[in-house]
Amino acid sequence: MKNWPLWEVFIRSKQGLNHIHAGSLHAADAEMAIENARDVYTRRNEGISIWVVESKYIHASNPEDQGAFFDPANNKVYRHPTFYELPEQLKHM
Amino acid sequence: MTKQEALLKYVLRLADNVSILGHRLGEWCGHGPVLEQDIAMTNIALDCIGQARNYYQYASKIEGIDKTEDDYAYLRDPLDYYNLLIVEQPNKDFAYTIVRQYFFDVFHFLFLQKLSDSKDKQLAAIAEKAIKEVTYHCKWSGDWVLRLGDGTDTSHEKMQHAIDILWTYTGEMFLMDEVDEILLKEKIGVDLIGLRQEWLKIVSEHFKEATLTLPETTWSQKGGKQGYHSEHLGYILADMQYLPRTYPGSIW
Amino acid sequence: MKETNIEDQFQAKIDAEIKIEPKDWMPDTYRKTLIRQIAQHAHSEIVGMLPEANWITRAPTLRRKAALLAKIQDEGGHGLYLYSAVETLGVERDELLDELHSGKAKYSSIFNYPTLTWADMGTIGWLVDGAAIMNQIPLCRCSYGPYSRAMIRICKEESFHQRQGYELLLTMMKGTDAQKRMVQDAMNRWWWPAISMFGPNDADSPHTAQSMKWKIKRFTNDELRQKFVDVTVEQAKILGITVPDPDLKWNEERGHYDFGQINWDEFWEVVKGDGPCNRERLAARKNAWDEGAWVREAASAYADKKSKRQKTAAA
Repeated sequence: MKNWPLWEVFIRSKQGLNHIHAGSLHAADAEMAIENARDVYTRRNEGISIWVVESKYIHASNPEDQGAFFDPANNKVYRHPTFYELPEQLKHM
Repeated sequence: MTKQEALLKYVLRLADNVSILGHRLGEWCGHGPVLEQDIAMTNIALDCIGQARNYYQYASKIEGIDKTEDDYAYLRDPLDYYNLLIVEQPNKDFAYTIVRQYFFDVFHFLFLQKLSDSKDKQLAAIAEKAIKEVTYHCKWSGDWVLRLGDGTDTSHEKMQHAIDILWTYTGEMFLMDEVDEILLKEKIGVDLIGLRQEWLKIVSEHFKEATLTLPETTWSQKGGKQGYHSEHLGYILADMQYLPRTYPGSIW
Repeated sequence: MKETNIEDQFQAKIDAEIKIEPKDWMPDTYRKTLIRQIAQHAHSEIVGMLPEANWITRAPTLRRKAALLAKIQDEGGHGLYLYSAVETLGVERDELLDELHSGKAKYSSIFNYPTLTWADMGTIGWLVDGAAIMNQIPLCRCSYGPYSRAMIRICKEESFHQRQGYELLLTMMKGTDAQKRMVQDAMNRWWWPAISMFGPNDADSPHTAQSMKWKIKRFTNDELRQKFVDVTVEQAKILGITVPDPDLKWNEERGHYDFGQINWDEFWEVVKGDGPCNRERLAARKNAWDEGAWVREAASAYADKKSKRQKTAAA
């Protein structure tokens, strides 16, 4: 398997939902990766659509950057609906 | 032969084909060339066994007696088994397994397509359900034919060798006998001779892409459908039937 | 602000039940412990396919045959999930398999025992999978994210394994004397190896404390073993079979069953390679891998050719 690359598998569990990461597997090519994903990750009706991508093409953010990346979003309360006070009689908005 | 008798034999042939093929594929479980393919072969084995159960249950209805699916699978002798010879051939190696599977899958697919139009509603329904599974089987074995045929010199050689040996078992798939004729006339069964051209076309085009050669010979092994098998089936059944035969009447 | 060192920060995350993910910093020993444990677990799944596969062709009904195949297939899938979890720690599956085949890596010793009768299929489901589930449920909360996620998936899928085993035994116990004899015999052979699956006694398990601190482990070997004995003895009663342990007795004071001493000499003998089937199991795995080499190579060669052709066609 030295030459069978690792693939990440993403599964859409039902129509209307996002593809979600399910796991990984080895396959010689994309076709085989999709078939293997079907055989390995949808044995119990877990999916209706499969994406595969070779793991080496995934670029990830660095955990060290976590603070700089994600904390600043913490204090932007004005992005959330509850930030805005509205009169009681307004039932739905 | 009555229509009823013909239908029973017909259904048992279909059942035995998938039961025995599923059995052979099951032998790979835990021993596959790579984990992902081990899992894939077991999936196909499970499809086959599931289909076999549907057919056996229908056979019991046709007979109208109190027989279970297991009575058919576990209590008939080789002489009363009617599967095609190709499905009982040993796994030998992955090339052999793939070629056996591919030859049968393409036939099976074409056959089920026709069977899904059968006047016999039950058979049509079973075929309808099976055809989805078999579509995938065709793709799986077909892809492997390409990979191994057009892979390395070693894999090509092994594939060609397997083809040369298994080829002589393909002719039997298209032989019509009395059972087939009776049911064809009733619009229940499938015209096997009619499938041959299409099968040959699909297989030879695919083999061409895979750089593999179809043998010239037209001579064919036959007999499985009438209960005359290769020496392998006796051993398969000896294993398979060991418990029910040793402990008659026991529930498992 | 007080400087905390990176190892303290790591421990603080663990204490706060924050999962560790592949790219996060982790102590080298944490990584090594995980690699060893998850790899052993993965190896156990795929070697564990063999004793059951031994009965596929002899399964006595089509329903049982399908269930057995599906169960063994699940084990292959679980091996695959676990190997994938190890790969997130930077070790490829090939390397792990090399270690398995060379005898360097270990796997659960239980799979070095032979499956002699059909009752063994039920007993493995009931006892071996039962013990495995006992071990695995706490692992779903393991501090390492990929391992924890693999275990969640595995536990979900395994829920039918133990039930099918127990149901198989129940059916046989309602049957003939010959069938009942097979069940009791299987119990006699599998009971001690099954309760050994939880590993050495806590006093002889030097890594437990560190693993608990890192929340790789949540319970000690003896805690899990006791829990297993307590539930399994009751299940044996329902089946109507005897647990082969003369020292087994309910201890009112402790609220647990007391049970006899495991034969640790035998346990270590099997771990070291001298069990009834160690050689066969390894040879079977190695043979499957070696015989599969040409298949894997061919698929790679074909994939290369195909991508080259596509590039030429696009140019």
